[in-house]
Parts: sequence; structure tokens; C-alpha cells
Amino acid sequence: MALTPVENQTPGFVALVTAAAGAFFGLFVGTAQGSGLLGIVIGAVLVGGLGFALAGMRDQERMLRWVLTAAFAVAGFVLGGLPAAIIGLLFGAFVGWFIFWLSTSRYRMHLAPYLTPGQVLWHYAFRVICGAVFVFLITPILVVMPLSFNAQDFFTFTPEMLRFDPEGYSLKHYRDFFTNDDWQQAMWNSIKIAPMATLLSVGFGTLAAIGLSQPHVPFRRAIMAILISPMIVPLIISAAGMYFFYSRIGLQGTYIGVVLAHAALGIPFVIITVTATLVGFDRSLTRAAANMGAGPVTTFFRVQMPLILPGVISGGLFAFITSFDEVVVVLFVGSAGQKTLPWQMFTGLREQISPTILAVATILVVVSIGLLTVVEMLRRRSERLRGMSPS
Amino acid sequence: MKLTKLTALAATTALCAPMAMAADMANEMTIVSWGGAYQESQLKAYVEPYLEMHPDLKVIWDESSAEATAKMRAMTEAGNVTWDLVDAVASDAMRMCDEGLIAEIDHDEVLAAAPDGTSASDDFGDLLVSDCFVPQIVYSTTFGYRMDLVGDTPPSTICDVFDTAKYPGKRALQKRPIDNMEWALYCDGVAKDEIYDVLGTDEGVERALAKLDTIKDQVVWWTAGAETPQLLADGEVVMGSTFNGRLFSAIAEQNQPIDMLWDMQSFDLDGWVVPADLPEDRKARVMDFLKFATDTQRLADQAKFISYGPARASSAPLVGKHAILGIDMAPHMPTDPANSGNVHVYDYEWWADNRDDLDAKFQAWLAK
Repeated sequence: MALTPVENQTPGFVALVTAAAGAFFGLFVGTAQGSGLLGIVIGAVLVGGLGFALAGMRDQERMLRWVLTAAFAVAGFVLGGLPAAIIGLLFGAFVGWFIFWLSTSRYRMHLAPYLTPGQVLWHYAFRVICGAVFVFLITPILVVMPLSFNAQDFFTFTPEMLRFDPEGYSLKHYRDFFTNDDWQQAMWNSIKIAPMATLLSVGFGTLAAIGLSQPHVPFRRAIMAILISPMIVPLIISAAGMYFFYSRIGLQGTYIGVVLAHAALGIPFVIITVTATLVGFDRSLTRAAANMGAGPVTTFFRVQMPLILPGVISGGLFAFITSFDEVVVVLFVGSAGQKTLPWQMFTGLREQISPTILAVATILVVVSIGLLTVVEMLRRRSERLRGMSPS
Repeated sequence: MKLTKLTALAATTALCAPMAMAADMANEMTIVSWGGAYQESQLKAYVEPYLEMHPDLKVIWDESSAEATAKMRAMTEAGNVTWDLVDAVASDAMRMCDEGLIAEIDHDEVLAAAPDGTSASDDFGDLLVSDCFVPQIVYSTTFGYRMDLVGDTPPSTICDVFDTAKYPGKRALQKRPIDNMEWALYCDGVAKDEIYDVLGTDEGVERALAKLDTIKDQVVWWTAGAETPQLLADGEVVMGSTFNGRLFSAIAEQNQPIDMLWDMQSFDLDGWVVPADLPEDRKARVMDFLKFATDTQRLADQAKFISYGPARASSAPLVGKHAILGIDMAPHMPTDPANSGNVHVYDYEWWADNRDDLDAKFQAWLAK
């Protein structure tokens, strides 16, 4: 059980901490309603007051938490219908739990007994900050998903959607994506360009990484820096440079031109991941293979390649996503015949704010999650193979 | 043997005489336009009919009209012009023409005459504002307002935009001095025909900016035509300026609670330009298409899909009903007499001379 002796906290302490939490939530609600300051004050007073009032009633905890949950849900429903009721329900449940978690000192239970109050505060503040970072990173992506099922042609949560009325939802933007020639053309262009660019990136990047990891290669660092430069130089500069260079040699506005440009952008990712994998690669294996009569090519494909494969594949996935998500370079190097999905989304967003973009974005997010899951699984496999992870 | 060959050749030539032209034309054409409902109207009104007549042709769309001038400059500099026909607003066309980026067009030679024989240059009349420019449509920048957010007396004059006491709430204005400065002076009591004289002086500019200052904290600035309909649909703004076709689409096609305020609408032109120095086969194709796409019937057809006025005088009587909604399009045209009672005619020449100066002052004012 708990290592730390716990004692109940005073209502004043509970009120202080809950008021801080209330102010934090109040800031968001208040800003959304037009006055952040008012939101902070109301949130702090409301939640802090509840904390002060309920902190002493520890023996009725279960009942009081239910009451709070129900009260907030009803208040939400009165103010804003079903969606607000759900938010109120969750918020009420959280407030109830939070008040008694503080007042019965449960928050102290799993921490080492020798921690000072300051260290305890930091322990939880750190978690709140991390959580906030996640929320700010993820929320914009999550908001896009329900909006893509909008029955209207605007980026707006309609009253029907907020009531969860099926009338307010529609798959028409997905239908538009799959039937509209412009979008289909753009999708096929992306599907034609990205794998070719990935193939080139992986081929050149892997060879470069292997070459540059040999100790006897002269100017290794300088060559490495040049090869990685497309990742560091601002994209718009690479793009403008490529535009004028490719125009002169007749590659601008061609399929090959776009593939080459994207390959150049993808190579650094492959070099970095493969170089990292090669650090754990035991060179005596290649010498052993050579000792048994295998030529360099056989050694590469039979011994080295299988061991660095996870690095090669994850580099390839990064190269693929780079090409698939890229809009700046293709706007310069491509012509309308090579219009890719990001390009189509970019012009669509500028000229007509159509939720078809959101539907495409949702599809792309799902695809990206799938790809990143594969990368993560490969990384674990690679660690297991190299015996770095105990699992 | 030789004779047969010759006969065959002669026969083919005779039979295919009308086709001989087509053989010299490129089979691919890149058209640059604005995307959205406007591009759709071009597709339906003249590109699809033209493709039916020329099934071998492949049309590629590039939605780059917004940065047409910059891209034309870059392409010309790189010696690699991939565009064949570009849709541009009149002021962009004048600029590109001055810089020699686009070809001059002999309107009477290239374009079709009106059905009654009126020459193209007479049919387009005053709208031929540049030698390089073939007008397609007359559009206007005007205001739309949320019917449910303006109370019982909806705004009826442009000056209601500046009246935050009567109509509280945010307004959407385009992030550029053009139109906004003129509207500000007009609502500050300057007579319509003196606006450009006043704006030509430093005090006039100050006066316009001072008028805009009165609503500055209530303004949402937009840059793309789609933004104001979105803001109105969201209820983020009470009223906002945008292109009249965008408002028509939000009102008639999307059924939003929005209404139009036509007072002091600002007319502008949009049309085709052709890049300078196209190869012969591509140029032949573009000119052939251009002649078809800007004839009287085609321009009238375009108005079935979008509420912009055809640039030819002879097209106006042919404007019919909306192709899908079946409503009469004439009352939705900016040029309709009921809508054009009080219009602001935007002075190209004046803006061409003063644009850079006023842009700088306007940006400085925005940043203040």
C-alpha cells in the first residue's frame, strides 16, 4: 500500500488548488465566449468555492461526486443542449474527483515520502504542462475530423451538427473527393510521384550512408553536410533554385523533374536513419562473410541489408511522407499536369474553402497514423534484434 | 504508284480542308484560372463544348490566377512558359501587358463578331481596357450581410458599413486600399466624382484612413474571395465585402441567411490573356479556343452557372436561367438596372499610377 503517511488537507488548501484549476479551464471557456479575464474569475470562484465547501465532507465522497457530475451535466444541458451536457458531465466528474483527490491527500500517496511540497507541486505541474502540449498539438487535427462530415459547404459546426442530428452530417465531401476529376487526378499524381521519389531516396540514401560510415572515406563530414543540406536550407530557397535550374535543362514541369526534386528532399531522412542503424552494426560480420568467400554485393544483400533493413524502411517512410505532404517544391518544379494532393489542397483552401479538403485531410491523417505505426513497430523490432531492449 | 500517291494526297487535302487548320494545333492546352465555382462555370460554358468539338484535345487546369503576374514573370525569366491561356483581372493584365509578358491581341481579327455583325471591338466597347486583354465578365466587389444579425432595418447604403452604432459587430474588408479608400471617402461626404481628386492628395489619404480608423478594431481583413462567405456563414462577421458571385453562391446555392447590399458596388473586369511568344502550334490552338470561348452565346451561357455579367453587350439579352436552380439570373447580375443604381466605377489608370504609394501607406496604417 501507500508508502507515505497521509493526512487530510484543510479546505483552504483545497480551495486554492481547485481555484487554480478552475481559472485554467475558465480561461478557455471565457476566451471562446469573448472575455478571457471574466472566464478566469468565474472559473476560479466557482470551482474554488466548491472545493472549499466540499473539502470537509470526505465521508460522503461517493454521493457528492455523483451529485456534482449530474449538476454540471444539467447545467450544461440548460446552457447549450446535448454537446454542452456531455462536456458538463465530464467536467463535473473531473471536479468531483479532483476535490476529494486533494482533500484526502491521495495525490501524495504514490510519491516518495521525502519529497518537499515544492517537488510535489513540480511533479504534477510537469504532467499538466505535458498534457497541455499534447492538447495543443492534437486538438487542431481532431477538430478537422468531425467537420469533414459537415453537410454544408463551410468550415462551420452547424446547429444540426451540435445537436448530433444525423441531418447535419453527410459523406458528400468524401464522395466529392472520390468522384471529382481534379481530386482524383491529384491523388493519382501523388501516388505516382511519391513511391518513385521514395525508391530513389532509399537507393541513394542507403548507399551514401554506408559509404559515409566507412572510416577511410575522405571529407566524410563535408559530404554528409552537403547531402543533408536540403533538410536545413529553407524549402522555398531550394524550390526557387530548382525551378530555375530545372527550367534551363528542360526538367521543369515534368514528372521526372518532380520525382528528382522530391528524391533530393527525401535523401537526408534516409541517410540519417540508416547512419543511426549502422552505428549498431558489427563490422566484423562483413569481414566474416568476406572470409567465407562472399563478394561485397553478396555480403551487402545477405548480411548487411537484413540487419539495417528497419532503418532503411523507416527512412523510406519518412521520404515517402515528405514527398506525399510536400507543397512548396511541387508548386515551383511541377506544372499543372503534376498537381499533387497537397497542391490541390493548397489552391482549394485559398480559392474555395470547401470541406472536401477536410475529408482529404482526415484520410491523410489516417494514412499517416498507419505509416507511423509501421515505423514504430519496425523500430522496436530493430531494437529487439540488436538486443538493446529487454523485451 | 506515284500518281496514286498524289491523287490520294490531293483527295485527303480536299476532304480534310477544314481539318487542315486543326492539324497545326497543339493537342494540349493549359488554362489558368481561379478554381472554385468560377472555373466550374468556364468548364461548363465553353471548355466542355469545345472538347466535344475537338475530342483529341487535352485541357489541363492550373488554379494560379491569384499569382498570375509573379508566375508569368518567373516563367518568362526562366524561358519556360508552360501556360497557354491565363484568366486574369484587368489590372493584372495591364501590368503584364506593360511588362511585355503577354501578347497583344487584335480584337477584331481574333474574336468573333456579334450575331448581328457588330465587330468585336464595338461589342465589348469600353471594356477593352488593354490591348492584351479579352474581357469575359463584369464582376463587382460588394457587401453581403447576415439577415439575422442586423435587426429589423437591414443596411441599405454602403455607409452603414461604417456605422458601428447602428450595426454593431465585425465587418470583413479586403486587405488592400482599393475600394476601401473610395468607400471611406464617399461615406465621409466626398462627392462620387471627386473621390479620386481627393484621394490624390496627402490630406485625402489621411481623411480616408481616418474614416477607416473609426471601424478598424471591428474589421476582419480578408485576402481570398472564399473567406467572407465563410465568415458570414459562421456568423463571425455581420457584414463583409466580397465578389458578388461568391455571395450569390452562398445565398442561392448554400441557402445561407445572407442578403446582398448592392449600393456602391465596385465594378471590375476579368478576362483572358495569352502569354507572349508561344510556339506556333500552341498559339494556333489558343486563338481557336479564344474565338469560340468569347463569342456571344458562350459568354451568355457562362451566366447560367455564375452571377457575373457577360462582357459583350450582345450577350446580355441571352442571359437565361441558372442551369441547376432554374432561377432567373438577370436580377443577380451586378449590371442589372435594379442593382446598379449607385455604382462605384473603379479607376484603373489612377490606381496603376498610385498603387505602390497607397499600398505602402495602407500597410503602414494597418500595422499601427
